[in-house]
Amino acid sequence: MKKYISDWTVKENVCTHSCCLLKLRLDEEEQTIFPDFIPGQFVQVLVENSPSTFLRRPISVHFADKSKRELWLLIQAIGEGTRKLSELKPGEKLNLIYPLGRGFTVPKKNENIDLQINSDKKLLLIGGGVGVAPLFYLACCLLKSGYRPDFLFGARSKDHFFNIQAFEKIGKLYLTTEDGTCGEKGFVTQHSILKSTKYDFVYTCGPKPMMQAVAKYARQNDIPCEVSLENTMACGIGVCLCCVEKTKKGNSCVCTEGPVFNINQLLWQI
Amino acid sequence: MADLNSQIGKLNFKNPVITASGTFGYGIEYADFIDLSGLGGIVVKGTTLHPREGNDYPRMVETPSGMLNAVGLQNKGVDYFISDIYPNIKDMDTNVMVNVSGSTVEDYLACTEKINDLEKIPAIELNISCPNVKQGGMAFGTSSKSAAEVVKAVRKVYHKTLIVKLSPNVTDITEIARTVEAEGADAVSLINTLLGMAIDAEKRKPVLSTLTGGLSGPCVKPVALRMVYQTYKAIKIPIIGMGGISNQEDAIEFLLAGATAVQIGTYNFIDPTVSVKIVDGINEYLDRHGFQSVKELVGGLIS
Ligand SMILES: Cc1cc2nc3c(=O)[nH]c(=O)nc-3n(C[C@H](O)[C@H](O)[C@H](O)COP(=O)(O)OP(=O)(O)OC[C@H]3O[C@@H](n4cnc5c(N)ncnc54)[C@H](O)[C@@H]3O)c2cc1C
Ligand SMILES: Cc1cc2nc3c(=O)[nH]c(=O)nc-3n(C[C@H](O)[C@H](O)[C@H](O)COP(=O)(O)O)c2cc1C
Ligand code: FES
Repeated sequence: MKKYISDWTVKENVCTHSCCLLKLRLDEEEQTIFPDFIPGQFVQVLVENSPSTFLRRPISVHFADKSKRELWLLIQAIGEGTRKLSELKPGEKLNLIYPLGRGFTVPKKNENIDLQINSDKKLLLIGGGVGVAPLFYLACCLLKSGYRPDFLFGARSKDHFFNIQAFEKIGKLYLTTEDGTCGEKGFVTQHSILKSTKYDFVYTCGPKPMMQAVAKYARQNDIPCEVSLENTMACGIGVCLCCVEKTKKGNSCVCTEGPVFNINQLLWQI
Repeated sequence: MADLNSQIGKLNFKNPVITASGTFGYGIEYADFIDLSGLGGIVVKGTTLHPREGNDYPRMVETPSGMLNAVGLQNKGVDYFISDIYPNIKDMDTNVMVNVSGSTVEDYLACTEKINDLEKIPAIELNISCPNVKQGGMAFGTSSKSAAEVVKAVRKVYHKTLIVKLSPNVTDITEIARTVEAEGADAVSLINTLLGMAIDAEKRKPVLSTLTGGLSGPCVKPVALRMVYQTYKAIKIPIIGMGGISNQEDAIEFLLAGATAVQIGTYNFIDPTVSVKIVDGINEYLDRHGFQSVKELVGGLIS
């Protein structure tokens, strides 16, 4: 997939206490083509260059609309770089390298047999923390292909969910919190829905321990599962070899061979 | 428009801007962003005789105005390079050079001999910052004796342009530079990364799996510039300067300190188009100051 580098304009930045939804627009004057983003792909964001935000920050595609030339990012401010992104004002410019990485498998309509899932089958998207970011665009693309996925999200407490209203409009939403302030108490992998429903495909993104627990559940129940990794990155385009994860093929770059992997490719001890 | 041609050994470069090993892949990765023929040259990823898996993750951490890396020369080996990469890059309209790395003199030699057979690779950059496994893991480039040994051996079998890339992790870089010159290197390039460390205070643990790693990026520039300047005073063969270059001013500073050409490394990650911007920037500078050729800038500090 051809990669681009260009400036985007901040259209809107909607912040809640836990995260910011940054809506960007690729200007018409920018002669650049708006690519067909695949869910699970990410962009490399140039934060205003300062000593502490030297490298670009990898951020997932939260939503992309080609007709409006819009790209949405969901950002959790955990450090200097993400904090600066969360403070952006409409009209400001942001330089991105995009689209990067390999995304989730979205079964095309009518190709169900090959992928062994079809629209009668049940898909589950499991997210933890800001890991829900890529799952929204994934859900939108699944919907377009005729699949209505379920969502299972986990957080520390009720105030730590990100933009869940948007997901509710698409499919059924199941929640867990560690303190029991919302949904079932415990971790996502302890939710009762996993016992009562047999899912046919699981997609997950979130903290690594959570994804490993999900992968374990999937493996034990023989469910195909894709995970989206967040290894730290320098280049994002496969040249520095800093972002590697151990796979059956050896050390693989998460930025080019991932961030999405089928759990069968990984050497996780689960 | 000034003349940007630069000469290193027998080799002409259409301009003095080269991309640094380990930061530019095989060049192809950047073809979506820039016209590679606009570069003076490309030094591809460190290549070893045998495939190497590299070090464990985490291999990278950001530091103020730079980064530490401990990739550990992950590459698929010289045979893979020859069969799978070379056919795709040999017709690039720029000087494509291979960064040869190794852990024994024999490995360096065997790898060099294989690269020597490749018609479209006009030069190698010998990376002597690698640990010498037979000498307790000390880098070849940190003692005159082991540096001399590897350069002498390689020079015997390699008759194209031989660039030796120096390690900055030494007391006196000019001593190593003089040794390498005496053994017949056509040029030296410097600096490789500076040995550094990062600690996570909350976890009370080193950040990198290898404990230490190589520092690069704008934070190393003053050190690199000083080393280029000192080396320029000490040797007669050309110098390729690098370390933290992020724009044309930086590049011009290296030329003034005595570098015949420059390499751009880490900054390619921040701006994949920076290398060609620097070519334009140097050109603009030369015109503005009334220079006919970039060669007039080399070592051109006014005293
Ligand atoms: C493919 C990919 C997609 C991502 N998508 C999103 C997204 O959609 N929204 C979002 O908010 N974040 C996302 N992230 C994480 C985001 O890139 C980091 O939070 C950001 O780089 C941190 O920068 P900072 O300057 O704010 O924090 P820093 O000051 O750099 O770091 C603050 C703390 O976070 C830790 N940290 C930094 N980067 C990471 C990382 N990649 N993984 C785990 N811990 C890290 C640091 O060790 C440090 O303790 C993604 C990461 C990857 C690799
Ligand atoms: C991720 C990374 C990988 C590198 N790999 C190599 C390598 O394989 N061989 C080598 O000689 N130098 C390697 N280097 C060093 C660079 O080529 C360069 O000497 C150094 O980074 C200083 O320049 P800079 O500050 O412009 O990056 C690497 C640097 C980085 C950041
Ligand atoms: S971040 Fe550089 S190779 Fe993945």
